[in-house]
Amino acid sequence: MSGKPRLTYLNGRGRMEPIRWLLAAAGVEFEEVYLETKEQYEKLIKDGFLLFQQVPLVEIDGMKMVQTRAIMSYIAGKYNLYGKDLKERALIDMYVEGISDLMQMILMFPFSPPDAKEKNLESIKERATNRYFPVFEKVLKQHGQDFLVGNKFSWADVQLMEAILAVEEKVPGVLSGFPQLQVFKTKMSNMPTIKKFLQPGSPRKPPPDAHYVETVLKVFKK
Amino acid sequence: MSTKPKLYYFDGRGKMESIRWLLAAAGVEFEEEFLETRDQYEKLLQGGSLLFQQVPMVEIDGMKMVQTRAILSYIAAKYNLYGKDLKERALIDMYVGGTDDLMGFILVFPFLSAEDKEKQRALIIQKATSRYFPVYEKILKDHGQDFLVGNNFSWADVHLLEAILMVEEKKSDVLSGFPQLQAFKARISSIPAIKKFLEPGSQRKPVPDDKYVETVRRVLRMYYDVKAN
Repeated sequence: MSGKPRLTYLNGRGRMEPIRWLLAAAGVEFEEVYLETKEQYEKLIKDGFLLFQQVPLVEIDGMKMVQTRAIMSYIAGKYNLYGKDLKERALIDMYVEGISDLMQMILMFPFSPPDAKEKNLESIKERATNRYFPVFEKVLKQHGQDFLVGNKFSWADVQLMEAILAVEEKVPGVLSGFPQLQVFKTKMSNMPTIKKFLQPGSPRKPPPDAHYVETVLKVFKK
Repeated sequence: MSTKPKLYYFDGRGKMESIRWLLAAAGVEFEEEFLETRDQYEKLLQGGSLLFQQVPMVEIDGMKMVQTRAILSYIAAKYNLYGKDLKERALIDMYVGGTDDLMGFILVFPFLSAEDKEKQRALIIQKATSRYFPVYEKILKDHGQDFLVGNNFSWADVHLLEAILMVEEKKSDVLSGFPQLQAFKARISSIPAIKKFLEPGSQRKPVPDDKYVETVRRVLRMYYDVKAN
């Protein structure tokens, strides 16, 4: 037992990607097991690994953790990325939940029918530029600090960075109206652990392609 | 200044109901402002009260909190319903994640077409009885304690009771294969703060009806078809 957290998911972003980002940002090395077949998935369920029969699964500190939010909260708490008190935690939670709503749209995008893709892309662009990015632009402008909460690097910064890059992949130039976010993106990119994660060969997964979608449908098909 | 938390939402369950349950379970009195018109909502938006332009919003301890999960986590921690350490919190978060997913199927229910409602009802019962209830049944059986986590009343217990009652509204005998959950339900319901919340006249909201659906659609201009999960 190496003691490193072990992640079980498909070989792709999905709901595990924010967890990879957070562990990487915290400088924590981890192992990964990739689900490729329905049989592997069914075996995991049969062997009692998946509390609610779902992945992500992260084996960490003797626990078989499921539920993305629970996993992220635990990692953030353990590695001091969750603010210094209850009120900072409340801000981080609010920001992370908002970003998560935006990321949900991106998560579902590869699975939308071809005739809905253009409309969904437009929705992602609209939400990012009208609902979510303006909030964080304003937060950064108002306090003038490098990080979103408490003048300290936190889970919220990691999540925002991930979201910015994910939206940019779909909507290049989306940050053009957000100077604070541009500066934020640069600063985050230069933080050693994040810089490492952004380099080729890191555990970061590429954007979902047809093969990924196919694998998801195959593994989880009833 | 001891102001009570103030909840901004529609006069109905929706995403705010879990927050009402948790505040009530913690013995915290709260005020409510009900959204009835589009104008009220726009006024809140223009006033900058809604961080992501959405409700629920709860004014608490000088903050205008949004995002249901953030609000619930804050309340749980503040009122000592979040376990004694990181590992207990992890368990509570996992368990709440499950009941949240289950209640998610029920949340959309009032907005579905009559035909989709039938399918969704079957789905809710299937998920409850094959995916979620067995988990909590086993947890309670394995440790034999009164509460889900750490032998102490927590957010996880409140959330599970809420979920049980909501599923029972769809199928009254849904707990028939779950003796531990039956005992759990009786136990948690008799905790004074919860008992009070379950009595008529409390701030608990009734099963959503057409008027509720109409209000939500009108205030949010949400006139599109809601698809089942």
